[in-house]
Amino acid sequence: MLLAALLLIAMILILVSVLSVSDNLIQIEAKKRGIDTQRKNMSIFPRFSDMFGKPAPDFADPSKFHHLSQGHDIKLTGAATGPRVKGMAARYAVKPTDWRGIAPIPKMVVSEGDDVKAGDVLFYDKMNPDIKFVAPVSGEVVEVRRGAKRAITHVIILADKNQTHKQHDIINVDKASREEIVDYLKESGAWTLIDQRPFNVLADPTVVPENIFISTFSTGPLAPDLAASAEGRGADIQEAVDTLAKLTKGKVYLGLDGRGTPPPAALTSVTGAEVHYFSGKHPAGNVGVQIHHMSPIKNNTVVWTMTLDGLLTLGRLMNAGVYDTTRTVAIAGAQFLEPTLVETHMGASLDDLTKGNISSEGTTRLILGDVLSGKTAGKDDFISKDTNLVTSIKEGDEYELFGWLLPIKPRPSISRTMPGFLMPGHEYEANTNTHGEKRAFVVTGQYEKMLPMDIYPQHLLKAIMAGDIERMEGLGINELAEEDLALAEFACTSKMPLQEILRDGLDMMREQG
Amino acid sequence: MGLLSFLQKIEPDKKKSPFLHTLYDGFFTFAYAPNATTKSGVHLRDGMDLKRTMVMVVLAMQLCYVFGTYNTGHQHFVAAGQYLGFLEGFHLKLVHGLIKMIPIFVVTHVVGLGIEFWFAAKKGHAIEEGFLVSGALIPLIMPPDIPLWILGVSVAFAVILGKEAFGGTGMNIWNVALLARVFVFFAYPTSISGDEVWVSGFEKIGAEAATAMNVVAGNYADYGWAHGLFNTLFGWMDIATFQHMTPMVDGYSGATPMALASKGGWEAVTSTFSTSQMFWGTIPGSVGETSKPFILIGAGILLATGIASWRIMLSMFIGAAVMAMMLNGWGATPFMEVPWQYQFYMGSFFFAMAFMATDPVTATSTNTGKWIYGLLIGMIGMLIRVINPAYPEGWMLAILFLNTFAPLIDHYVLESNMKRRTKASSAVVGHSETAKEISHA
Repeated sequence: MLLAALLLIAMILILVSVLSVSDNLIQIEAKKRGIDTQRKNMSIFPRFSDMFGKPAPDFADPSKFHHLSQGHDIKLTGAATGPRVKGMAARYAVKPTDWRGIAPIPKMVVSEGDDVKAGDVLFYDKMNPDIKFVAPVSGEVVEVRRGAKRAITHVIILADKNQTHKQHDIINVDKASREEIVDYLKESGAWTLIDQRPFNVLADPTVVPENIFISTFSTGPLAPDLAASAEGRGADIQEAVDTLAKLTKGKVYLGLDGRGTPPPAALTSVTGAEVHYFSGKHPAGNVGVQIHHMSPIKNNTVVWTMTLDGLLTLGRLMNAGVYDTTRTVAIAGAQFLEPTLVETHMGASLDDLTKGNISSEGTTRLILGDVLSGKTAGKDDFISKDTNLVTSIKEGDEYELFGWLLPIKPRPSISRTMPGFLMPGHEYEANTNTHGEKRAFVVTGQYEKMLPMDIYPQHLLKAIMAGDIERMEGLGINELAEEDLALAEFACTSKMPLQEILRDGLDMMREQG
Repeated sequence: MGLLSFLQKIEPDKKKSPFLHTLYDGFFTFAYAPNATTKSGVHLRDGMDLKRTMVMVVLAMQLCYVFGTYNTGHQHFVAAGQYLGFLEGFHLKLVHGLIKMIPIFVVTHVVGLGIEFWFAAKKGHAIEEGFLVSGALIPLIMPPDIPLWILGVSVAFAVILGKEAFGGTGMNIWNVALLARVFVFFAYPTSISGDEVWVSGFEKIGAEAATAMNVVAGNYADYGWAHGLFNTLFGWMDIATFQHMTPMVDGYSGATPMALASKGGWEAVTSTFSTSQMFWGTIPGSVGETSKPFILIGAGILLATGIASWRIMLSMFIGAAVMAMMLNGWGATPFMEVPWQYQFYMGSFFFAMAFMATDPVTATSTNTGKWIYGLLIGMIGMLIRVINPAYPEGWMLAILFLNTFAPLIDHYVLESNMKRRTKASSAVVGHSETAKEISHA
């Protein structure tokens, strides 16, 4: 009896070892042939996700479909739906503070009272005089607004009724060299639409990026359907992709929405770029998360990113020679009387966009971007270069009796101690209350659930707080931007300022060079 | 609102009386969620905070409190040979349990919270909620007859040296509640081990005193003024009262199933207790650890709300089961031969699993680490329980042991994550050489 049992165990052990050795041999062979075993399953065992994972939708190539199981969708009231309305604001501004990595006082080319066309140079960075920052609309420069230490915060243009554009020469992307294209982009202002990671800064024209990534959808709270503005712009997108392909030594990657209805043909039929589909909850639409699943940023490598709006502007420039910064901005959130989708231009005045639309009930906070990683803005501010959402939310500066124990008003939460988890579709009318006080890290595993990346955020944050550069690098700080940790910050039980800590760490890394 | 403005009016000055202000702040934020709004970073915060997290854990152990209190009374009367049915003498058992439990609870909190408040005032931060859970756990893991001064000293030791010395809530290395217990265990072993400590309310009367009192030497029910107070009340109500000088049943040992098993294996256990008695928890032991169903309900609450880690609970169960099976296979002593599934009927495995091992501060913080951590606690705890000749239970020591090694486990998990990243980056350097040529025309 005992002998039989031992024999059985021995047989099983031999079988398992034979299987695992052959599996390893296959993997080694695959690596030798340069097959990426991370993404293509070369094992003889099926993967867990292959058996139980979400299947790819019909329109997506299964090998380029990523379902991300971590994350959380925050549903808020006041989503902007319906048709786009044309909303030409009276004033527009270019904000030097939108670009990280340039000097706070740029060299002005125009002065108050000058007339400019859309695409005319407004200012440039003294460190990089070739990169021109240009006007989004034509009109008269009415104000150069300065902030603390005389840093220029806004260059404000009073827009003309009839817009005129500066006409650039059209270059042939196929024939032009990389340098010619770079110079052309720097001169025309389109360079300022390219960001660089790590650190999420303005792209450095002296480096050749490993890859270039564009996320074409957003999953953040109240985010509008970005891909809608791509409809009918196939030619521009193709031209922009071809241009970018010349700038990188790797590939151009497009991250498309794989959650439901197929994205517009203008995006799906792009050639010369690797198109990947993502499904899952927020932050599946963040370009940083997508990069991690398509071709992760390695230490000592640099990648560039662009927004879909930036891609459209770039394509139009290459095709027609004009710098067209048309943007669709969602005016959304509970404090707006009528949430709308406005078609306007980069840098439009917030006051013009929201006039007469803000509820007088309570105090309203206006946010450029979403509630997770957007910036608070005053009414006399202007939308930023990448803004496609203006959120309004009520200030929560009220005491609440036993608010922590018996919350009266429903509030968004990832915790299953709140009844909200039983109603996943409920839209919340949230406010800015912190719902608790700051504490030391206590709960573990919470951030990992909010970040679909192979990163340990809490340990990374501790490494940043300790100033341990090597550990920060090892734990993947180079793969992150603030927006990627924003959801974890929302969920944090200890109310830690995750994005602030991460930015400290990124700045520390950047200073180290 | 009236209450709010009243509370705001009585706010003590922070500079003049920092201790009072800390106290005030603690109670004010308990009553009212503060009006602070988000300043940098996110504009919206989750409704969950540390207070709510901690209170959920405390709520999850309330059934253990109710049952533990009553069982303290029940065990007392079983030892006296009275009201052997569980619900017989209900009022007496409940009152005796409360008389034992309330002082333990009060002393734990007065000492523990007092130290917390003092440190908070001294360091100038808000009172942190960590002791809410530790303070609720400590009474449940103490024998019902623990001398209150020993309890006070152990709580002070755990909070000062185990927690505040490391920087307070979230910084401690060892589980605070277990540290209090392990202090008693090593400093005053007679009050927490052996057969006699698990049944409360008896006093030994020596031969000399016995002759003077004209009774046989032995253990007699020891009722104090509180019992007397209730006797008066029960007298008015014309129901059964506490009988002074009730002797303990002849030959009653008060041994727990664990003690029996370590001496005579499963047979010795079943000759005294039935499996359903052990399952429901009508047995002597530490206050909160005896009743398996109520602990499992608490564990269920923690799992359903996602507060405790299911990874730790599951892997700890697997580890303990595997180790028990291995010991079954070895079978050198009667205790090792106890069928592995019956090991879970005895002792405080489930309480340790649900409330002790899952403490997020002292456990490992990576998900992979949690599997290893739980598995090792399960295995080592079961090993200590069965092998240790002096004290037949191992969870306290196993958890504290793994608390010590949790940072090391995390270290290796993080190292492998870091190694994966650096390896991948060196692989890409080779890859980029073959990457497509850039057209430098």
